[in-house]
Amino acid sequence: MSSVFILADFVNGTVTKSTIELATAAARIGQVTAVVLAPVGQGTALAATLTSGPIASIIVVENADFQSHGVSASADAIAQLIAQKSPAALLVASHAFGKELAGCVAVKTNSGIITDAVDVAPDGTATQVIFGGSTTVHSKVSNGTSIITLRPNCITADTSACSATIENISLTISDSAKKATVSSSQPPVQGGRPELTEANIVVSGGRGTNGDFAAVEAFADSLGAAVGASRAATDAGWYPHSHQVGQTGKTVSPQLYVACGISGAIQHRAGMQTSKAIVVVNKDPEAPIFELADFGVIGDLFAVLPTATEGVLARKS
Amino acid sequence: MKIAVCIKQVPDSWAEKKMVNGALDRENVDAVLNDLDEYAVEEALRIAESHGGNDDGGPHSVTVISMGPARATDAVRKALSMGANGAILITDPALAGADALLTSKVLAQVISTESFDVVICGTESTDARMSVVPAMIATRLNWAQLTFAGSVVVEPAISKVSITRVSEAGVDAMSANFPVIVSVIEKINEPRYPSFKGIMAAKKKTIETRDLAKVGVSTESAWSQVLDSQLRPPRAAGIKVTDDGTGGAQLVGFLAERKLI
Ligand SMILES: Cc1cc2nc3c(=O)[nH]c(=O)nc-3n(C[C@H](O)[C@H](O)[C@H](O)COP(=O)(O)OP(=O)(O)OC[C@H]3O[C@@H](n4cnc5c(N)ncnc54)[C@H](O)[C@@H]3O)c2cc1C
Ligand SMILES: Nc1ncnc2c1ncn2[C@@H]1O[C@H](COP(=O)(O)O)[C@@H](O)[C@H]1O
Repeated sequence: MSSVFILADFVNGTVTKSTIELATAAARIGQVTAVVLAPVGQGTALAATLTSGPIASIIVVENADFQSHGVSASADAIAQLIAQKSPAALLVASHAFGKELAGCVAVKTNSGIITDAVDVAPDGTATQVIFGGSTTVHSKVSNGTSIITLRPNCITADTSACSATIENISLTISDSAKKATVSSSQPPVQGGRPELTEANIVVSGGRGTNGDFAAVEAFADSLGAAVGASRAATDAGWYPHSHQVGQTGKTVSPQLYVACGISGAIQHRAGMQTSKAIVVVNKDPEAPIFELADFGVIGDLFAVLPTATEGVLARKS
Repeated sequence: MKIAVCIKQVPDSWAEKKMVNGALDRENVDAVLNDLDEYAVEEALRIAESHGGNDDGGPHSVTVISMGPARATDAVRKALSMGANGAILITDPALAGADALLTSKVLAQVISTESFDVVICGTESTDARMSVVPAMIATRLNWAQLTFAGSVVVEPAISKVSITRVSEAGVDAMSANFPVIVSVIEKINEPRYPSFKGIMAAKKKTIETRDLAKVGVSTESAWSQVLDSQLRPPRAAGIKVTDDGTGGAQLVGFLAERKLI
């Protein structure tokens, strides 16, 4: 059986849900090897968090260059591992780092690349949803290793327990991949809420909040949801950029997306169009976001959200 | 300093797009300069201006590089009217439907022959949405990649570029020596509108067109192929209620009915 690499992703020292989704998709194609690229001395602890998902083996590479030289050093390591082990495919999460790494590896291994897949079939065919959600495309890599980036939250993760074998490999990162130097790193502030791209429910606020996100946050908390924001809200400094949903923010595909005081500009839709259910609260009945709504309330979010929050809390108690 | 900006002409974001024979139908939609590339043009101009400007004959220049159909000259002209000095447009029938690997190969080849110090890209083309071309160019050229920059500082005297990288992984301070590829996020600046004077001046600027033979790249077989594409069924019309005090409760009713809570 052919082997398939996935790049394991960690937040605060723990493997992400999207890594398990990668493993689930990769297992359809072949036997899954999770690659852990770790700072020196942390490989074993990070690998130990890979306790679920159809992962047959783990390769741990520890190297200080991953932190000090960014994406290109990680891409260099992955390309070397691909040359050593010749996997049929490489799956990575579709975020800025993942896509960029995939692009570098595609060049280094002369392989085809497909980004932002929402599904992957056993023969490596990837499904993408393009043009603002209007079109579904199936494509396949025809040259080299199939390099596919998979959007988080699009496939159901197989979370059965795994007991993978661990192999430690040491690599020397090539000089050409060390030309950029990272002098300091500030991780995003996580807060107590779920991570935006992994959350089952996302409640977002836009310009309509007028800078007051309390009602949006309270509703989100009643649902155990992550909080998102439109660019209008992040530009105004009302919410951190790391919470922006849209073309130049994050792409989310939750079970439920609630857009509050957001008009539905094409750039915002680009980041939330593949949500399974969409609920809208907006006082303008003509707002284009209503075109996407499974359920829309024409009304003031400051009136609607508090009663909705009460309603959700009442059901829980 | 020789600065280049990679720009792409893309279908208007609002235009209805269609697939024809496995590729985006670019013929029948309005085309515009990728709006994320406007930030790249603006940043290139600001870098030049903060070190004495890019007047002709001066120490700095900003060159626009674009690969696309002949009509991409419209997008190139826009960048020129913002203030870039000149442009190279790579256009060849064999490039129609080019994927990111081929695009990056062509752009890298052109860049390698022009001895640029800094090449600036947008983070994403709004049609392909791959966010890979800048990293691919850097990898092909063995240049430093300083991508997803929320701010850029260039020190020409010591040939150094420093950025803050803004991504899902947080904020990183990064730097590298010339030559570098930079990609900029849309928070970095507010692109200028071309002035009347700029528009008039752009008409006189040269757009040098090159075909594949001139660039010296051959098209190989594609690295990936589109097997099929289908229009997705439009979203079924949803329920729309006007809040009369019960909107919140009705919303919760909907969530319960759909088993979302
Ligand atoms: C290059 C580029 C990239 C971009 N990337 C992104 C991106 O990643 N993400 C993104 O979101 N945008 C992005 N945008 C911006 C996008 O075009 C819109 O400007 C932005 O999404 C608008 O945000 P909004 O819907 O919050 O604000 P508006 O469009 O101003 O809409 C506010 C809405 O709130 C409603 N409202 C007001 N008060 C209330 C109230 N009390 N109760 C209920 N409703 C109320 C109004 O009726 C209106 O519909 C980008 C733009 C460009 C040019
Ligand atoms: N055909 C092209 N011509 C010039 N620059 C391009 C082209 N395609 C992509 N780019 C550059 O690469 C960036 C990222 O594009 P992409 O990887 O396609 O999302 C864009 O913002 C441009 O700066």
